[in-house]
Amino acid sequence: MSNAIIPLLLDSLDSAALIFFAAVGLTLVFSVLRVLNVAHGSLYSIGGYVAASICLFIASRQLNPYLSFPALLFSAVCVAAIFGPLIERSLVRWTYGKSEAVQILITFGLFLILEDLQRVIFGVQSFYEDAPMRLLGTTSIGGVVYLNYQILLIGMALLVVIGLRLLINHTRLGRLITAVVTDREMAQSIGIDTNRIFILAFSFGVFLAALGGALATPTSGIAPGLGADTMVLAFAVAAIGGLGQIEGAALASLIVGLARVLAIYLAPSLDAVAPYAAMLVVLLIRPYGLFGSLTARRI
Amino acid sequence: MPTIIAAAAVLVTALLPFAAPWLQFVLTLAIAKGFAALGVAVLRAGLISIGHAMFFAASAYAVASLARAGVNDLGLLLILSVLGGALVGAIAGSFLVRYRAIFFAMLNLAVSMVFYALCAKLYGVTGGTDGMPVPVPAVFGIVLGEPAFKSLLFYLGLGLMVLVGLAVQRYLNSPLGHALSAVHTNEIRLEYLGIPVWAVLLIAYVVSAALAGLGGAIAGFAIGRVVPDFAFWTASGHLVLIAVLGGIGGVPGAFIGALFLELLHSAAVTVTDSWSLIVGMSLIIVIMFMPQGIYGLFVRKEATSL
Repeated sequence: MSNAIIPLLLDSLDSAALIFFAAVGLTLVFSVLRVLNVAHGSLYSIGGYVAASICLFIASRQLNPYLSFPALLFSAVCVAAIFGPLIERSLVRWTYGKSEAVQILITFGLFLILEDLQRVIFGVQSFYEDAPMRLLGTTSIGGVVYLNYQILLIGMALLVVIGLRLLINHTRLGRLITAVVTDREMAQSIGIDTNRIFILAFSFGVFLAALGGALATPTSGIAPGLGADTMVLAFAVAAIGGLGQIEGAALASLIVGLARVLAIYLAPSLDAVAPYAAMLVVLLIRPYGLFGSLTARRI
Repeated sequence: MPTIIAAAAVLVTALLPFAAPWLQFVLTLAIAKGFAALGVAVLRAGLISIGHAMFFAASAYAVASLARAGVNDLGLLLILSVLGGALVGAIAGSFLVRYRAIFFAMLNLAVSMVFYALCAKLYGVTGGTDGMPVPVPAVFGIVLGEPAFKSLLFYLGLGLMVLVGLAVQRYLNSPLGHALSAVHTNEIRLEYLGIPVWAVLLIAYVVSAALAGLGGAIAGFAIGRVVPDFAFWTASGHLVLIAVLGGIGGVPGAFIGALFLELLHSAAVTVTDSWSLIVGMSLIIVIMFMPQGIYGLFVRKEATSL
């Protein structure tokens, strides 16, 4: 029995870790800015493209292959530093205080633009660079061979959950963010520079998305259309957990990961249905998500 | 005066294919998407649905399956498929209309993505990602060649656009339609007045699903094939986009938006591959600077902004 459970568990954790990065960025941006960023999935795939390009560059120049690990992180930082402030200042800021319909449509417009920009810059062929995955080798757990990279991914996801919680509860910046989330006007009136917080929070959300994309590339490659698929998955996870809930997003990733893996094991043709079915069931019973509520403080 | 302009616009549209035959397909598709966008725009109660492509696709799939089952009459296929769209709308609507604002949008998205994934995966029923063919049906027992049928479809769509458009206008101006806008303004007051908000919304939802279904059926006939991508969330996003481009509020807005987008598409693909880029930019510009849409340029008072 345990022979069947361990692979199932590890597969679900792995699948959960990959979705988690995209979902937690979305949920963080929503909690601070109160904007649902439909272009979030595109930032995930841009992170993937940039990481794949840098890794391919490293491989083509015969540089030390271990450089590709910092390269994954570096590409996420680059994407966040360029796109975060740019998008927040030019488009997202304009939608503050406007109806959700306007926010969704503006970011949908941005999504269309970013999807085409990727096609123009990176072409339509798929990118595949698995150097980071090969370097780490494999481990055998319970007779089943696992990629160490998968285990690294799970560790990274855990690190992000704990790191985010520590950042929000125990640093000055975290307290400022909590203040802005709890009462934006009051925070502004006691002298907190909310504009700065918005830029930081949005860029951090972009960073998490791009990091997710960068980390996913070595295992699954990257191709056009990934942004749209990721977007709706990340959205499902964020909605299940409750928009704006970090631990909610983590738990929801686990649920969706498990649902997907169970579907693959039991009814392979239904694996794509599982995440959305889970979202539908949870939202019908608790429209505010598992952790969310109308009045509770978000984040 | 607006009636004359509208009549002239319909007449010009009817004559355009004579000047440029390739436009006929573009215009048919624009009318089909216009119906679906009208469906999105009909939900005026501050509810924005990112899932209406589901009804569009459901009805197109209904046409394809009925045709496979042996039904081979245009009128019958259209009526049955629109009823199919409305039925799916009644089922989904019965639980969706309890939700508001972003939760309504999210749930619509969830339902439509379940539908999309099922269409893509149930190979035996829907043909998977290959989709299903939509054959050329007979019209009142007369078997037409494909070019003749496509022309007929265009003029039928145009006629339906006028008739259905007038009917929807009547509906929106009726007490039931006004109750719908009132849901957005003050839902609780409406309940106090003794109007069941739930019923008002459900009726609107079924009407909107039926409209999207009509569009889907026409699009299925025009394209000749249904694929799961009809129901993907970006397709739903495009329907909202069309409704907003044209101007939410008036009936003509949805069709103006669809026409604008399809013509823009045809023009853009001759110059560049990146037409989404152009559409995305026009969407952002329209929302920022013309919140009442293109239709708002003509009629200042009637159109309501988002």
